Amino acid sequence: MADSSRALPGFTLSLGYTIFYLSAIVLIPLAALALKTTQISPAEFWRIITDPIVVASYKLTFTASFFAAAINAVFGLIVAWTLVRYDFPGRRLLDALIDFPFALPTAVAGLTYASLYLKEGWIGGLGPNIVAAVNGVSGWFGRDELLAPESLDWLTFPFTGQTSGIVMVLIFVSLPFVVRTVQPVLQEWDPEFETAARMLGAGRVTIFRRVIFPELFPAWSSGFATAFARNIGEYGSVIFIAANIPGKSQIAPLQIVVKLDDFQYAAAAAIGVVLLVISLLLLLAINGVQTYARRHERAA
Amino acid sequence: MAGALAAKIPFTAVKVRPAARESALGRRILITITVAFLTLFVLIPLINVFHQAFAKGLDGYISVFFPIQPEADATLTFSQKRRLAEAATQATRTWHSIWLTISVAAVVIPLNIAFGLAAAWATTKFNFRGRTLLTALIDLPFSVSPVVAGLVFVLLLGRTGIFGNWVTNFEWPDPFSLHWVGFSQGFWPLAFSETHTGIIFTPLAIVIATIFVTFPFVARSLAPLMESQGSDEELAALTLGASGWRTFFKITLPNVKWALLYGVILTMARSFGEFGAVSVVSGHIDSNDTMPLRIEKLWNEYNNQAAFAVSSVLALLAVVTLIAKTAIEWKSAREGHH
Repeated sequence: MADSSRALPGFTLSLGYTIFYLSAIVLIPLAALALKTTQISPAEFWRIITDPIVVASYKLTFTASFFAAAINAVFGLIVAWTLVRYDFPGRRLLDALIDFPFALPTAVAGLTYASLYLKEGWIGGLGPNIVAAVNGVSGWFGRDELLAPESLDWLTFPFTGQTSGIVMVLIFVSLPFVVRTVQPVLQEWDPEFETAARMLGAGRVTIFRRVIFPELFPAWSSGFATAFARNIGEYGSVIFIAANIPGKSQIAPLQIVVKLDDFQYAAAAAIGVVLLVISLLLLLAINGVQTYARRHERAA
Repeated sequence: MAGALAAKIPFTAVKVRPAARESALGRRILITITVAFLTLFVLIPLINVFHQAFAKGLDGYISVFFPIQPEADATLTFSQKRRLAEAATQATRTWHSIWLTISVAAVVIPLNIAFGLAAAWATTKFNFRGRTLLTALIDLPFSVSPVVAGLVFVLLLGRTGIFGNWVTNFEWPDPFSLHWVGFSQGFWPLAFSETHTGIIFTPLAIVIATIFVTFPFVARSLAPLMESQGSDEELAALTLGASGWRTFFKITLPNVKWALLYGVILTMARSFGEFGAVSVVSGHIDSNDTMPLRIEKLWNEYNNQAAFAVSSVLALLAVVTLIAKTAIEWKSAREGHH
């Protein structure tokens, strides 16, 4: 716990330096953002942030971020579960790999995803082949074609305007969040509870649904929200993949860059404020979930 | 956010929990899903970086960094000469981006260490009004989109910004251009060969933006450990007559050395790889390219193999970062058990 005694020296110096550095690097620049938006009238502000192209970019950012975070919520839970509870060859390697998206620069992630899913890439070229193979097999059995020729085109996404590409790379970028928040809870989990539940006659699904999952829920949901928040702000990896068509495949952070390149500083600031407020709200939500969980735990 | 998370669960050595009896089939399905998911989303993209970097063989890879020099007596056509000159220019730019990236990290890391130590000392060793708020504010940069982080500095330091003309006309010498000129011009033998005007769209802006995005890493890695260690040892040293600074360097710093290194590694990885914020404040000027920006330019010039060659350096650094991080986690977990 923090020691309240002022016997230690350096309080004024360390606190003063912290506040000075914090103000110079974080607080004053963020205040500049707020100040810039006061230079435009509220009506103008509203017009900028509800411009159809900008609204389309929010929609794209939110849908792609949500789907990527949701997919990670499902698979992240499975991955954390497997890594904590089962032993198999390569477990340590996979466990270390979880943090890789944090360590790899996002530009490299965008680059390698773009090249993988190009028509001549390792995965992007698979779509037509899979369709041909499936239809060949069904033709062998005398059936009609099972898959339409373009049904797997979402596997080839760079520069084609496919949203699937943005979702795929965002899955990579936010992959560690759910795993790394759920993992410690599973680690601390006492198997006695499961034994008790089984003694009382509960089935496996019931045990997971009624006994384990409620325990995991706070960590799991805050992992999901953190992943979602991270995805909303992500820029570096997505621009390697998105086709950059205004109103169709531009994400919200890209709108800021477009406005800046156009010297529309106030408009860029307005969109920046919107993104900032959204991420602060998400942060509050995450803290709310954690506080609620802690109080709930104490009450129980 | 990476750091916030890493700090939240410091140094967990991963052990297998004895699983309650579960069906072998279910277990096999879950393991298969895990392996497949991580292979598809992490392993294949990583391998692809190196596969593409060596798409033109080892010579092609090396020539990205060290372009082929023609023999002195070789007779070259005009287009061959032009291609060689072009390759040489590209390699010079790539090297410039590598040096700029390292220089930026070299400036950012000491500043963030100083800040991280001060912030962790203030927020964990003392109890004061507003301590929670201060901790929350230190974490704030993690929840700001990198593009917004770049944007605030453009707004603050740009021509139409708050500081306006003063800051855009302000001239400063590039410290990395300091070189030896001898005593012919007076008693001082060193001089700067390059100066920059203004802050935004110069390397200084890149440094500032990088400080912003790596701001909480060191403080967040130190705070949980310093909080759990309390200040008994420091108080004992002070009672025995040690000075404040001596106590800090002899007691506190050795106690938190692994956590400090952990924060430094996270800071370094992020400052090498930052894209959004740096891209916005660099103004897309070639001389302001860090490695990630260089990758983007090479990719946009359809020079895919070169883009992947530069990426492979960063990917290798990421792998080294992970190994170092894991090693520190094991090391401090083992020390914690003693």
